[in-house]
Formats: sequence, C-alpha cells, structure tokens
Amino acid sequence: MSRISIAIAALGGQGGGVLSNWIVELAEANGFRAQYTAIAGVAQRTGATIYAIELFPENLIEKEGREPVLALMPVAGDVDICLASELMEAGRAVNRGIITPDRTTLIASDHRVYAIGEKEQMGDGRLDGAQVREALKKASKKLVLFDMDAAVQKTSSVISSVLFGALAGSEALPFEKKAYEDTIRKSGRSVESNLAGFNLGFQNASGTDQHEIPTCRKGISMSPSPLGDRIEKLPAETRAIATYGVHRLVDYQDVDYAHLYLDRLEKFRDIKIKTEVAKYLALWMGFEDVVRVADLKTRLQRSVVVAHEIRAAEGQIWYGHDYFHPRFEEFTDILPAALGRAMAGSSVMRKIFSPLFSKGRIIRPKTIVGYFILRIVANLRFMRQRSLRFEMENRRILAWLGMVEKYAENNTALAMEIAKCPRLIKGYGDTHARGINRFSRIMAAIEKEEKITADNVAALIDAALLGEKGTEFNSLIGTEEIDNNDSRQGEFTWAGSS
Amino acid sequence: MAERSFKKEVEKLRLGEGDEFRGEGILAVTKGLLQAGVSYVGGYQGSPISHLMDVLADAEDIMNELNIHFETSASEATAAAMLAASVNYPLRGAVTWKSTVGTNVASDALANVASGGVTGGALVIVGEDYGEGSSIMQERSHAFAMKSQMWLLDPRPNLTSIVDAVETGFELSESSNTPVLLELRIRACHVYGRFTAKNNKRPDFTLQDAMENPNRDTSRIVLPPANYLHEHEKLTKRLPAAIEFIKSRKLNELLGAEMGDYGIIVQGGLYNSLIRALELLGLSNSFGEAKLPIYVMNVTYPVIDSEILDFARDKKAVLLVEEGHPNYIEQELNMILRHAGSDTILNGKDMITDIGEYTSDVIKRGFEKFARKAGLLKDKTFSASKFPPIKVPDRPAGFCTGCPERPMFTAIQLVEKDIGPFHVSADIGCHLFSILPPFNIGNTTMGYGLGWAGASAFNKDAGKRTLSIMGDGGFWHNGLTSGVGNAVFNQTDNVLMIVDNNYTAATGGQDLLSSMGDHEKRSTQHDIAEAVKGVGVKWVKTVRTYDLVEMHKTLLDAMTTKLRGPKVIIAKGECQLNRQRRVKPEFNRAVLAGKRMERDRFYVDSETCTGDHSCIRMSGCPSLTLKENPDPLKSDPVAYVDNSCVGCGHCGEVAHASVLCPSFSKVTLIYNPSSWDKIKAGIRAWVIGNFQLKAEKKRQKRLEKAGLV
Repeated sequence: MSRISIAIAALGGQGGGVLSNWIVELAEANGFRAQYTAIAGVAQRTGATIYAIELFPENLIEKEGREPVLALMPVAGDVDICLASELMEAGRAVNRGIITPDRTTLIASDHRVYAIGEKEQMGDGRLDGAQVREALKKASKKLVLFDMDAAVQKTSSVISSVLFGALAGSEALPFEKKAYEDTIRKSGRSVESNLAGFNLGFQNASGTDQHEIPTCRKGISMSPSPLGDRIEKLPAETRAIATYGVHRLVDYQDVDYAHLYLDRLEKFRDIKIKTEVAKYLALWMGFEDVVRVADLKTRLQRSVVVAHEIRAAEGQIWYGHDYFHPRFEEFTDILPAALGRAMAGSSVMRKIFSPLFSKGRIIRPKTIVGYFILRIVANLRFMRQRSLRFEMENRRILAWLGMVEKYAENNTALAMEIAKCPRLIKGYGDTHARGINRFSRIMAAIEKEEKITADNVAALIDAALLGEKGTEFNSLIGTEEIDNNDSRQGEFTWAGSS
Repeated sequence: MAERSFKKEVEKLRLGEGDEFRGEGILAVTKGLLQAGVSYVGGYQGSPISHLMDVLADAEDIMNELNIHFETSASEATAAAMLAASVNYPLRGAVTWKSTVGTNVASDALANVASGGVTGGALVIVGEDYGEGSSIMQERSHAFAMKSQMWLLDPRPNLTSIVDAVETGFELSESSNTPVLLELRIRACHVYGRFTAKNNKRPDFTLQDAMENPNRDTSRIVLPPANYLHEHEKLTKRLPAAIEFIKSRKLNELLGAEMGDYGIIVQGGLYNSLIRALELLGLSNSFGEAKLPIYVMNVTYPVIDSEILDFARDKKAVLLVEEGHPNYIEQELNMILRHAGSDTILNGKDMITDIGEYTSDVIKRGFEKFARKAGLLKDKTFSASKFPPIKVPDRPAGFCTGCPERPMFTAIQLVEKDIGPFHVSADIGCHLFSILPPFNIGNTTMGYGLGWAGASAFNKDAGKRTLSIMGDGGFWHNGLTSGVGNAVFNQTDNVLMIVDNNYTAATGGQDLLSSMGDHEKRSTQHDIAEAVKGVGVKWVKTVRTYDLVEMHKTLLDAMTTKLRGPKVIIAKGECQLNRQRRVKPEFNRAVLAGKRMERDRFYVDSETCTGDHSCIRMSGCPSLTLKENPDPLKSDPVAYVDNSCVGCGHCGEVAHASVLCPSFSKVTLIYNPSSWDKIKAGIRAWVIGNFQLKAEKKRQKRLEKAGLV
C-alpha cells in the first residue's frame, strides 16, 4: 500500500506533539502529503493518549489529480509504524489492536513510568514488564525496544528526539538519516541536545541486540573470620541472604550483634524457613531508629550518591535540607529503657517537652552545625542496646521468633507465613504504628486461634497491605483497629507486646 | 498567557488568494472567519476549541487591522448573547465553545436569538467533546439544533471542507435568518492539513456603523405577540429558505459510485472514517472511489426530504452512519421514507452500535453486518489478529508535577483523619482529578462553577459541615453568583474552597479576571477575596496552598469553628504548568548569562525510605515515583523523585505534617556560585570531610573485623 499509517502512543507531556510535527515536516520535505491529529484533552495532564499520522506520496496525488481521504485515528490492522514512549503504553497499543504481526514496526521505550495505581500500593504494586515484552515480540512485525529514558538522561535530551532517532534507525520510513537531522535543525530549538538524543536513538535502533538485561545485584564475599565460618556452615540457600544480614548488623551495631543474629538463626532447621527468617530477622534487628537515620545521613559516600541522583554537575555546590519531624516518642525511644519508659509514661514530661517536638525540623547535613547535630545522634549507637526502643523491639523479635519456632516442626507452612509477617512493619511515625498494629493483631489471632492455617495468615498479610484505611483487613480479621499515632498504644496484646 | 502560543502560526492568517495554507483545523477555522468578513468573535475556552480561543487571542492584532472585535467571554452564555449584534444589523458574528456542556450554558441566549432570528450571519462553532478522551457527559449537540431550530453543519473532516463550511454557514444563516451551528469533532479540530486560502475581507458594514446608527425592530424581540409570530416564521419562512439554499448550493454531497442497490448515508464528519472502513474491506480506494453510492450529510439538520427520497429510490437498502444517541436522524429518515411510502430498508443503529464514538473499527464492524446481509461481502475479508490482552495499568489524568492544588487535597486528607470523612461537592476543573487516586476525594460534580450550589441542599444543622471546591475559572464563570451569592442569601453554614491559580488552568491556562500577570488587552488582578466579601461573606481566609500546615489548620478551623455562616477559603498558588513555562526559560537565560542562581528540587533518601509509599498516597506527584530498592534485604520498591521535580516542596511538607519519614530532602543546587559560596563550601567540605573520613575508617574497621571487606 502506498499510504503509511503511523500511531504514537504516549503520555501527556512527553512531547508526542513535537514528535508528530517532526514526522510531518520530514515527510512533507521528502515528497509526501501528511496529515496528523490528536486528542488534546485532559489526557494532556499525564494520561495516556494516541497521535495519528498518515503519509501519502505526492506523486500519486498528482497522478490521480485528487485528494486522498486520510483517517483521523489509527485503525486496527492498518498501522505501519507504532512509536510508544513507554513500555506499558506499547502494551496498551497491542491491546487496542493497532499493532499487528503482518505489518507493524513497533518502536518502543523499555523504561517504565509507573501509574498511580502501581505507585500507591503499600507493598510492590508494579506490573510485570516481562509479560509485556514477550507480547510485543509476538504482536509486531519488527520490534525496536530499548531504554530510551536512559538515552534521554545520557544526552540531556527529550524522549521524542530519541524516538525520532529510533524511527530513522529502524528504516521503517523511506527517508535518509540526513533528512531527519535536517528536520531537527530546521526546528531551531535545542538543536544540539535533540540531535544527541536522536543519534543515540538511531544507534540503538540500527544495532542488532537492543535489549539490555538488567544487571544482577552484586553479591558480597567474606574473608575468613569467625562470622564467615559460621555463615559457611549455613545451607547454600541461606548463605547469601545471611551474609547481607550479617553485613547489615555489623554496620548497624557491631560484630557481637551479628553473632547474636546467627545464634537466633541457627535454631531453625527447615531451609526455607531459615532463609525467610534470615531476611526479616536482619531487617528487624536493624530497625530504623534515629541513630541509624542520623548515621546514614552523615556518611562519606552519601554526597556522591545524592549528587548522582540529583544530577548535580561535576563540582557543583549543593545543599540538602533534610526534613525531620521527631516526636516525643523518638526522644524517649533512645533514652535508657527505664528512664525512657518513665518519661514516656509521664504526662508532665510530655507536656514540658512537647514544644520541642511540635513541628518539623530542617537540618542541613552539609553545613558544619547540621553535620554535628546528626553526628552526635549517630554516635548514640554505643547506648542503643540499652535504649527503650531496643528493649521493645527485642521483646517483639523474640516473641515472633518463638512463634515461628513453635510451628516450625509440625506446621511448616504456617511457620513460613509467620516468618513473613514482619513485612508489614516498616516506616516511621504513623506508618510504623499502623504496621505494628496490624502485625500484632495477626500475631494475637494466631495465638488465640488454634485452627488458624497458613492460608489464613497469608490472606491476612495480603489484606493488611491493601490499603491504609484497612477496610479489607478489618473485616477479615474481625478486630477493631486502634486509631492512634503511638505504636505502643496501637499494639495489640500478644507475647511480644509490652 | 495560554498554555500554547500560536504567535508564530497566526501569521498564516495573513495568507492571500491562492496561497496554500498548512496548519491545524482550528487555525483554518479562524482563517475561514477572516475570509468570510466576520465583524465580531467571542467564546469560552474548553477542549477541543481551547486552541481556537488561543489562536484568536494571539491573532488580535490581525483582527484589529480588519476592524474585528474579539472577546474572551465570561461564559458561553455571554458568548451566545453576543450574537444579539446580528439581530438588527447585517453583521457577521461567530462564537465558539465546548459542546455539549457549553451549549447547555449558552442555551438561554441561543433560544432567544433563534426565536427572533438574525439579519447578519450568526455562526456558533461547537467543539464536540464526544468519544475517546472526552471529559464530559456523552450527549449530542444535535438536540439543541432541533429544539431551537438552528441549522447544524457537520462538514467532512478535511480543511477545505471545514473552511468552506464556515463561509457557507454565514450565507445559510443570512438567507434563512437563522443562527447556524458548525459542529467540529475533536480530531477534526486538531487535524493538520492544508487548503487553498482566499484574501481576508474587511466587513462592509462595521460595528461602528451599527453603534452610530442604531436600528430597532420590536418584532425581533421575544415578547408577545412577536414570540408567536416567530414560531410561524420558523416553519413557514426560515425552514423553506434554508432547504432551498442547501439544495441549490449542493451542501450535501453525493460521492462514491453513481448507482447501486445499496447505499450509505453518513454524517459529513464521519466520512473519512467510513472511507477507511470501506478501503479495508476492499470496497473503496484511498481517494474515496467507493463501490457504493454515498450521500454525505454536511448539513445534518434540517434533513432535506427530497434528497433523501432521491437517494433511497431504487435502492434495496440504505445504511445510515449516525454517531451518538438518540438516533435523531434515523428517526427522521424513517418518517420521511414512511410518509413517502418507500419500501427501501433503512438500517442504522441495528447494524452499528448505538453507544460511543464511531471509529473506523466500529463502522467497519457495522458495515460488514450490513454488507453480508446484502451479499456485498462473502467472508470476512479482513481480521486483525487477536492477542490475549496484556495487563497494563490504568492511566488516569492527574495533577501535574508541582501542582498547587495537590496540597489542598492533602490538607483535606489530613482534616478527614482529624474529624472523619465529610461530604465534598466538587466542581469542574483540574481540581476534579481529586476524585481519582490517590486522593479519592469528592462526591458529586454538577457543572462548571456549581461546586457550592451542588451542596446547597445540605443547609441544616448537623454534626459535620460540607466542603465544596471551586476553581477560579468556575468562580468567574458563574460561581460568584450561583455559589457564593446563593450561600450568603440562604445563610449556609458550610465551607467553600476556591482554587486561585491565576488561570483557567484545565482549559489550557487562559487568563481571567483574577490573573496576577499584566495583560495589555485585558483587565486583570481583580481579587477573588474582595469579590467574595463584596457579596457578603464575612469569614474569608486566604492561604498559600503549599503551606500545608496553615492549610490544614485553616480548613480544620473552617470545618469545626463555632462561628456560623458561610466560610470561604481561598487557596492561592500559581498553576505550575504555566509558572514553569514562564520561569524555566528565564532561569536558563540567567544561568547562561553567568548570574548566580539557585534551583530547588527534592530527593528521597533510598537508604532510609522503607517502601511504604505513604508519601505517594498523600501527594500523587508524577515526579514522585518508584525505583528498585537498593537494599538487597528488601523487595518493595522505594520512593524516588525524578528529574522533573520543580521543587514545590509539597512532599517535604507532607513528611512534616503527617510525621511520615526522615527520607525527604530539599536539595538546593547553586549555579554560577559566588566566591563566598565557594569559600563556604570549601571550608564545610574540609571540616566535615575530615570527620566523615574518621567515622568511615571506624566503620570499615568494624566490617574488616567481621571479614566483610
């Protein structure tokens, strides 16, 4: 067919309009009649949208002496080229039927822009990208798929220029590379960065293997040491995670604390349970208190990591203003247990100290004062194991381990689910209180309910992660949620509660 | 300044006789108006005709040269009433808005102008927001044409046909003394194409002529006895005149094959989609040479009986392709055929679905049914391969990065945590995105500016107050009277929050009365708070939206104070989309010029983030997203601020206000640092660096001892 139909699947604000204009100009400068249209409605505000372009050879129009009738939207089975600026949008285009294996060249970016429905989940709500990649391969005649966002970052350009380059590289249109470059030059805006993005897009699309497999996480190896010897004796499946665990706890506290971790871990015989416990025990024993937060924020490497993430230029001066909102509880948490408990229980003390904790604080770790404030807090590590918070968490940990142990021999499945329960406890402030509340309610239910099964607990964990309001969880578990910011009051009575 | 500038494109409006015009449909319509010698233009923005208003605004200089008055009307009703100028004088006027919502607002004035009739051509350009991507209720503008008797043009969606329709629309209006609606579907509004231009025309009779030599005819005014006369005139004079004009000028077209047992009748706007469907079935080529005769209704109201009967004659069956519900045209065609005793079968919604947009896919499916029954197609000639659906996420529209409206809804979330859920009456505007995740706030929306009116029934003593939302766009559109005035008069005890973001943001950032920027052609900077006080509200508080703590406090106070009476909170914060468009180039220029500049952006510490995503649920900012957890022990992804962050500070405020977590950090990047900056940074880095090194050595020793290095 002489007509070329092109569809662009993009998100509002990604520059689909700019790309359409380039294609139109490119085609018109090279002997084609072009028509394009889009729906510029609310989709502009970050929603998904489709641009439609049709190209028709001028010489045919001249020969015929009349105008072709061009369509105003992509029709299923009638699209030659589909450009998608994001992985899921490519998937959506397949669902719409506009990508077909007999005809469509699909040029798509492999990166993800997460939708709000994926982002707002309390756990991991991201959809599986692998199923989409598989389907794209089957659905298209030719597939050009690579991480265009990475190319954008590398060249400080925009995704439309990378897509334009990939279109040129795919050779799906009968135009020379130079014609594309001329189009960008003619537009006269950000020509240099656009050309850089274009060229990277071109290279990626004309190369053979475009798809990069995400690199695996680095493992840590251990040199001979008493801790290392103990890890060697663990089953192979558990070793990697336990190494991370040991690393975390040495980093968090000291070598003895890591030995304590292994003492606790070694009690479990079942390999699966052992591995699961290895993970959550390390996380829990290394709970995030103010000491830990202050320590992380004052480390030597932090500046480098942050500078990279905020894309600071080489040597550029920048300052972080870190938001903290410590409450009276965080203060009593780090006091020695007896004192902390007395203070926390005293309404007089709470009143006296409350002005100090009534509002959020901003600390600048890259200023001398800011650094020292945080460093002093970080140095409280020496008294952490005597603190009120440590005492509380330790009691919970022991009780939880006890429950896993109780079922480890006779009801492995249930023990496994109990081992996973600490997943619910994370965050700070309200978030942490909510986690403790739900966790303790599940624990209390297991203690009370003789006949509870692994499936019951698994369902409870899923429900607990469903929403902040906890409607699903409340109806499933049948106990009332206590609405209180204080995790101590929000905690249900179970073996691990104070 | 609107979201998109057409300053460069409007130069195309100066093209003359024989020049080729290339551009967007909406720009072509403007050119059509200038070619037709229009005297005045007005309208109210909204997709898909926002760009038309923006083009007109940017073309004001050209229009002034041609002595044309352009007005950004206060509402569609204002715009429609503007057509009154064509009642007594031979002035051509055009108004435009989003339909059907705008036509709803305009219908009072439209009914009046349609009743009395016009002397000069009156054209109403309605942008039909129907089908995919639409943001409004799915209705047809067709009903308005029928009820007030205005002629409805629905031209084929190519620029030549659209521009022709503008000019013939005026002529049709003048020859039948009736206002004419020109219906443009959303894709046609934005279609890029070309047509051959003509010279622009200065109106012969000017607005000044009319003002200086007023002319009046009481028989044109809707008041007894003239209103009865109008009804007679409509049916006995104006309708026949219109039919005569439409027939003689051949506004409806006969295309495709000359003869055939089966034919198609199609609304002009759907012609291209129909041809593509036929082409895919092998029944047409790319140039529209179809194997069946096609009657194209470029005028969908009135229906020309004789043309329908001529087309149906000698045909076994005819398929009507009519988009939308109810099937007004199908009903009328059936009546025409029945009255004439024709036995031609009329198919329509029995073949093609009666719900939703008529895409080529939809038409093709329907036509295949018709054609197989008629024996025109044997087997399925074509079928798109079917794949099992891929699981993809919903992608609802949402607040932009750094949107000042986001903190309002976070504050509402916080107040709901304090006092429990309350009833929220929403309005029209970007703020209506609050009903979507992550905020999920808002019970109803009753129309533009009607946020507070939508809660007016809840005027009782109760344990909780209701909260209404209104944008500044809706406020000036009618909300000041229908909402605020009404609340004062009826002594409500409820709360209204007005979004004061300097623009009608949702329609593309057009200016309004309370815009803060200077505007050479409009009067701006009129304070909303003053207007609210002016109609009698005593409790008025203005809060900067990004100040979440203050916003939370003020809203909580409004919802719980013992003080009775209407309460209005004005939430102030410039639309970030427009702000960035203004500020970004300025910033880049300053950096290039070597000036010391600071830029703020946010950052989430992925080492302290625990992956609960509360921050996302309370903000929903597009720049606040996810990334893989760098901690090998954790599987849930951590929050991450991408480079599109504009540093509005909301996520930090949320972290403070709701005691979320210590992971948020505002980073200030310094460009072109001063010597003092460099000295300070040097000393700080040296002092801190030394201590950091010492601490790091200690940590490394610990790890070494454990065998971990």
